[in-house]
Parts: sequence; C-alpha cells; structure tokens
Amino acid sequence: MADIIKQQRVATDNWRLLRPSADGGLPPVPPTGDVIVPLALWLEQRAALLSRSGGLGVWLDSHEDPAHIADDQRHFDLVAVNFPKSTDGRGYSIARLLRERYGWRGELRAIGDVLRDQLYDLSRCGFDAFVLRPGEDPHAALPAVEEFSEAYQASVTQPLPLFRRRYLASPDGMEWS
Amino acid sequence: MYIYDQIDQRLVEERVAQFRDQTRRFLTGEMSEDEFRPLRLRNGLYIQRHAPMLRVAIPYGLLATRQLRALAYIARKWDRGYGHFSTRQNIQFNWPRVEDVPDILAKLATVQMHAIQTSGNCVRNITADHFAGIAPDEIVDPFVWCEVIRQWSTFHPEFTYLPRKFKIAVSGGEQDRAAARVHDIGLQAQRDAQGNVGFRVLVGGGLGRTPMIGAVIREFLPWQHLLTYLEAILRVYNRYGRRDNLNKARIKILVKERAPEVFRQEVEAEWAHLKDGPATLIAGEIERITHRFTRPRYQPLDPLASAYVLALGRDKAFANWVRRNVHRHKVPGYAAVTLSLKKTGVPPGDASADQMDAVADLADRYSFGELRVSHEQNLILADVRQADLYRLWREASALGLATPNIGLLTNIIACPGGDFCSLANAKSIPVAEAIQRRFDDLDYLYDIGELDLNISGCMNSCGHHHIGHIGILGVDKQGAEFYQISIGGAQGNDAALGKVLGPSVSQAEVPGVIERLIDLYLARRDSEAERFIDVVRRIGIEPFKEHVYGGHHQAAAGRDRQLAAA
Repeated sequence: MADIIKQQRVATDNWRLLRPSADGGLPPVPPTGDVIVPLALWLEQRAALLSRSGGLGVWLDSHEDPAHIADDQRHFDLVAVNFPKSTDGRGYSIARLLRERYGWRGELRAIGDVLRDQLYDLSRCGFDAFVLRPGEDPHAALPAVEEFSEAYQASVTQPLPLFRRRYLASPDGMEWS
Repeated sequence: MYIYDQIDQRLVEERVAQFRDQTRRFLTGEMSEDEFRPLRLRNGLYIQRHAPMLRVAIPYGLLATRQLRALAYIARKWDRGYGHFSTRQNIQFNWPRVEDVPDILAKLATVQMHAIQTSGNCVRNITADHFAGIAPDEIVDPFVWCEVIRQWSTFHPEFTYLPRKFKIAVSGGEQDRAAARVHDIGLQAQRDAQGNVGFRVLVGGGLGRTPMIGAVIREFLPWQHLLTYLEAILRVYNRYGRRDNLNKARIKILVKERAPEVFRQEVEAEWAHLKDGPATLIAGEIERITHRFTRPRYQPLDPLASAYVLALGRDKAFANWVRRNVHRHKVPGYAAVTLSLKKTGVPPGDASADQMDAVADLADRYSFGELRVSHEQNLILADVRQADLYRLWREASALGLATPNIGLLTNIIACPGGDFCSLANAKSIPVAEAIQRRFDDLDYLYDIGELDLNISGCMNSCGHHHIGHIGILGVDKQGAEFYQISIGGAQGNDAALGKVLGPSVSQAEVPGVIERLIDLYLARRDSEAERFIDVVRRIGIEPFKEHVYGGHHQAAAGRDRQLAAA
C-alpha cells in the first residue's frame, strides 16, 4: 500500500506491481488481489490471467510497443508505463499513442523513476496516475500537475493547439489571448 | 521583432517561477544535483570550469535594442561585464552565480526573453538566415516560420526528454545561409509549380563526433503540414533513437543505421496518422504571427546616393569595409551591415556591456531599433540607409566593431574553448588570436580572398570546424593540447565536410601550417577569382598535405617543437 497521485488527488493504492526477476524470468502471479503484470507475462499467460480473480493491469517498459495491447484493452483495469530513468522520454510517446491512437480511456499510470518536475508533461501526454520514485512526497508534488496555465501544442488534455482555439474564438482577428 | 502576446508573456513568467522553485529546492538540498541537472540545463544553465554558464535564447538571432540593453545590464550586474555570442545565435554569460539565475531569468522576462531549452535533450533554439526578410532571393521570411516552430517546440510535452539535443534550422530560399544541411532537421523554403509555399525537409545532418550532411526525406512539404510532419519525425526519433550511448544518440545515427530511405518510410507511416489532424497549420495563424513582427517603415530612397558613392571613391578604408561588411538589401537605398566581433585580440563573438549598449544606440539611430546575431558570431544591422553608411562606419570604427574582414580568413568562428568550457580538449581563443596576428596585413588578407576558418576546442564542434574551408579541432594527445587541421569543408548549398590533413600539430605550429596552406593556394590558383575552397576541390588535399608535411617542413617543425620545449 502506498500513496500515489490519481486524478489529481493523493490516494492510497492497493495494486501490486509484478516485476520480472533479476535474470529476466517472469514473476509468479499471486492467486488473488489486484496485480499489474509485465507485458511479456500477459502475452504468455493470457488465459490464466483472465481466469483469476482480482483486478488486472499490464505495464509496458519504455522500449515496448503499445501496439501489442491495442486489441486487448477490454481485459485491463489499468495500463502502466515504466520510466527506467526519469530522463528516458519514450514513455511520453507511448502514452500519447495509447490515448490518441489506440483509444485507451482507463487509468494510465506512470511508474518507475517518476519525479515531481515531470508531472505536468506526463499529464499532458495522457497519464492520470503517478507512482513517484520512493522518497518523493506526493502531497508536495501534487501542484506540479498543473504548473503552467496554457500550452501552445495539442496534447491529450487539450486536443486543440492554441492557434486553433484562438481561431475558433475570434476567426477574424485571431488576437484573442 | 516578434512581439509577445499575453500568453507568450505568461508562459515565460510561469517558467521563471517554476525555475525559481526548482533552484530553491536544489540549494536547500531538497533536490539532488542529479535531479537538478536536466532541469537547469533546459533553462540554459551549465556548471562549468570556473563558474556556471548561462545560455540565453535569442530566437533565430533577432534582437530589439531594449533586449540588447537588458543583456548589457545582466552582463554588468551578474557577470563580469561581457557576453559571448555563440554559433547558435544565442548569448552566453560565463560568470553568473546559480542563486542569481532566477533573478536573471526574471529580468529577461521583462523584455520578452528567456533561456528556455537552450540546453538539454530537447528542441533547441531554431536558427535562420541572418539576412531573413531582406535578402533579395528569399521565398519566405524564415523568421515567421521559426516563430511558428518556436511556439510548437516550447514546452512540447512529448519531446522534453529526447535521446539527445535537437537542432532545427530554416532557410528562407534556395541559397542556404542557415547551414540547414548540418542540422538535425533542415527546412528549405520552396515553391511548387503552382506557386504554393512549402519546405524541402532534410534530416540527420550535424557536426560533432560523426559529422554528416542531412538527407532529403521530402522534396516538398506544403506549409500546412509543417508541424505534423515535424511531430512525426520527432516521434520516430524519440521512440527509436539510441539511448545506450551518448555519442550515438543524435538523430543522424538513427538515420544512418536505418538508412535514410527506411527512416523516411517510418516517418511517413507515422505522419499518415497525424496528417490533417488539429496541428495542421491554418493561414490565419501564419498571418497572425506575421503581423506580430514589427517591420521597418522603409522610405522611398534613391539607390547609390551621391554622397555615398563619393565617399566610396574618396576613402579606401571605407570602401574596404563596404566591400566586406555591407550586404545587399531588397529595398532600394538600404543595405545590411555586419558589425564584426572578430577584432584581433578579442575572443571571437565576445562583446562587452559597453559595446552592447553602444550597438543598441547605433541600431536605434541607423536600423529601426533591431539587430541580428549571425551564426558566424557577428552582429548585423539589417536595415541601414546607404546614405548613413559612412557615418555608421566611423562610429563603428571608434567602437572597434568595423574590422573589414567578413568572409575573410580572420573572421574566425570559434567556440569559447578550454579557457572556459569544461568539455574542451584544447583552447580556441589563443589559436584564433595567433592566426589573426599572423594575417594582420589587410592587403594580403584581401588578396587571399574568401576563406572560412573555424575552430572547435573539442569534438562537440561548437566552432563548426567541419564546415570551415580550413577547420581546426582541438585534440588531447597524451594530456597535451594539439590541433588537427582539416581542409575542404563548406557551408551553404554546396556544404561539405572537411578532410583531415594529417597528424595534429602543437598550438605554436598552427599559424605556420595555415600560412603554408595559403602559400600553396596562392601558388596554385588560376586567378584571383578562384577561392581557396575552389582550389582544394580542384586539386585535392594531397598537394596541401605534401606542402605542409614535406621533408623540409618536418625539420622546421621539429625545430619549432624544440624551441617550444626549451
């Protein structure tokens, strides 16, 4: 049990994250309880996972392709994306692909080396739950989710770029700001 | 000058507040140096050899005089009274204190400036031709497109942690003055048969450890699709660019490892999903941005006013300066002027706070209150009346800014080198100075003609040595500073990478080697019109190699070495 940030609140969380063993072997799955399994485990033990009780989530590592789960989404209660290092930016693209291309609407959770100063960008890319690096205080980090009041680009949280919103508000002059 | 609207301004102010809090957390120990590093880097702050270095963004090199005065103020108040203009058209301060940086950024925000994304593994300052808007041959004003890309790339949520830094350059026309071929992405404005504007897209060019000329992955991209196409390139790079080895993480390695054609197909496949999406540009937005740029109110003038023509005939020094430092303008009666920051004895690109203030005064009086920074590290007054050139020349001369050497050997591009930079293997500034002293005879310099000489203190190639007609690279040879000389590099439409001449030489030997290269060039050129680079292309590097390293010279070099060691 840990405190995580979820839907812009600090919440207690019961999900168990299963990681491969040090030699890369697949971890054993507990018979009950809510679990988030690595992609490889899902691909290999799909039937067994679907027949157990308890919630099911899957997590992708930063090099893994979200296309692998594009057709399986109905089986998951949540999808998580791992950040092996806070500076590994692949997870941002994975999140946008899951949201914008594959239509994932459930919880999208950032796990791994997740730091307060990334929350704003992560959130714009579609993450709505964050398990911070151990030692980080989710209460102190919470305001960072909304650090800037406006953004130029289209994103998951704001599908229209600023220039289109401007244009819609004032098609003649485009001087709204 | 692009004038911020309320949102542009608010974003910059919110960034200052964010960085102030991050700095506070770092200084109080709440945040480790490791966590702070990527955050400070994306605000331009490096921890350097002597002190931190702060790189301030000058988007596409364009500055208003109130901004230049703010830079002078910062140089005086928080630095040691000067700044260094870089080859990315930015300015660097070498002596600020970490705890002062939030205040410096706040000061910058008051004049619509910032240090956002001037470092870090994100999209950096977008660069352009320093004659944007005034060049007779341009198809579009690249500044407008740079600003479109600047806004798109500022705080882009998906691309803040790329495998490596990412540099985009925009050239406004067929003649590439923005070095588009040696950028991660180079965009070259084109018109199709119907007259529609678009861009040729080059990817994977770059200097550094593995210099490469960019590959064309799209001959004509209609302007509406610019941002979605950039997004597709960046997404492919973000997902698949190498992250296991810092030296192989630039997009050029990905393009090369996959082959440009395969990379192009991946980009096109990604783009198929993004094309015609909400990020597709609309004419109203291009118009809005165009209109937020201030424009000089040109007067109808007589070209070649008689006073100007007379002064040209009367004053040889003025005529020399006009020949080298004054450039054509599309409006009759106007000209662009390069103020040289390459005076012998001054580190290339350095300007004192007093010079900055003085240049601001010149720009106010002679050039509509604006100026540009060139990637050759000079300052440009873009809109000067020809009739004012003589007066401007006299004033610039008094300020030490009228060295008539643009395009010549002594207009050296150089990084700050080992005197300042913690990455450098060797010093650059004393080498530049030694060469400038060796070639201080102006008639001789003019006889040599056009020659780009570029110096980098290390493989990171901030001094663009690969694309100098003569390139000098600082290398570490068993703990000693040595220099590898290459020839045959070029920027522009016929961009090429220089070839290494031979074994590296000591600092003391560099001017002598340059002199021998010049001697051979002068002996072998078929006329004064044949430039150094033309001769290298015609006869190859072997004759130069022989002339520099031939038996006689080796003995002389040996003597030099003994003398240097004594």
